[in-house]
Amino acid sequence: MHPKRKQRLLVIGVLVCGVGLTTALVLNALNENINLFYPPDQIVAGMAPIDQRIRAGGVVVEGSVFRETGSMTVSFLISDLAGSEVPVTFEGILPNLFGEGQGIVANGRLGADGVFVASEVLAKHDENYMPAELAAMAGRKPPMGNEVDSGSNSYSAGG
Amino acid sequence: MKYIPDALRRLWHRMGSPRWFYETTGPWVPWLAAAAALLIGVGTVWGLAYAPPDYLQGDSFRIIYIHVPAAYLAQAGYILMAICGVVLLVWRMKLADMVMATVAPIGAAFTFLALATGSIWGKPTWGTYWIWDARITSVLILLFLYLGIMGLRRAIERPEAAGRACAILAIVGVINIPIIKYSVDWWMTLHQPATFSVTSAPAMPAIMWVPLLLNVLGFNLLFAVSVIQGTRTEVLIRERRTRWVTDLCRGEQA
Repeated sequence: MHPKRKQRLLVIGVLVCGVGLTTALVLNALNENINLFYPPDQIVAGMAPIDQRIRAGGVVVEGSVFRETGSMTVSFLISDLAGSEVPVTFEGILPNLFGEGQGIVANGRLGADGVFVASEVLAKHDENYMPAELAAMAGRKPPMGNEVDSGSNSYSAGG
Repeated sequence: MKYIPDALRRLWHRMGSPRWFYETTGPWVPWLAAAAALLIGVGTVWGLAYAPPDYLQGDSFRIIYIHVPAAYLAQAGYILMAICGVVLLVWRMKLADMVMATVAPIGAAFTFLALATGSIWGKPTWGTYWIWDARITSVLILLFLYLGIMGLRRAIERPEAAGRACAILAIVGVINIPIIKYSVDWWMTLHQPATFSVTSAPAMPAIMWVPLLLNVLGFNLLFAVSVIQGTRTEVLIRERRTRWVTDLCRGEQA
């Protein structure tokens, strides 16, 4: 290769490495702020700020969804499936994909009592896609949506 | 550099000639366009009408048949632009600059399509059109990079200077590509991790991914034919004062 071209290629290489390193350091420094939500273990460990607008994310614990009679308030537990659980209350309309065993991200404030008061609940979808027949064979249920099924012990009439 | 085969070396030298590119690629265009139309047609109809609905998302999952190929080409297009930038800066190849100028608006269009389809899907699935998570924000930065490169080219009058400035911006911006790719693994995001990977089986049955594969191939050909046709136009514009272009135009008028 022509020495001049070799030199230009080297300059570009150094430029890309330099910018890459800078970006890596900046992203590393910002790491906590880029995360969209706090997982349950960090909230339980007291790493999430109290009474500030934050997001909490986790999987809705099976059998933990409870609806108050005559109001829109729903309470449930979110878990990281590794032992940590955080209670969440929410008043409003849940997304269609909300259901027990589904991942969610809630926007709201963590109270001093450890209960997360959500003002918005978003459903998190995982990377798996399946037709209904295959899902039934694999023992997966479709979501309950906004209606908690009558078989659940936490079901209460109304709505 | 003795280990590079002769044929490859000859091809490399020929690519320095915009005229060679124009004359060689001309006959490819209708075939590529026809194959792209066929693949996208079959893939889209199959995906939208015949693939089974997802057990959780129902029919809204079908947007992946557009979203995934668009998002993939948005990133592949940027990498192509950065490679052209290196070729332009190191070898001063004019054709690389013409390809770079053509890819920018096409890549921007695919990026916009990926963001728009994702947003439309986000409302029924997540419950929101937009969220500032790492994946979505980094793809928005990709769109801004494309738009910045398009603007930079128009802002500098001398074509050589414009090309070099765009090349540097394209090369520096390529850092964003691994960030987009790994954003869903490095940080907690609302966007789900990848369904497809080189190392493991897809997290989706074949009746769902075969039409997606057809669309990915079709979108690739659509991208290729758009870039080739755009570059051919760019060749004619930039070489308009050369003998072969004036002869060509005269021949077409006659």
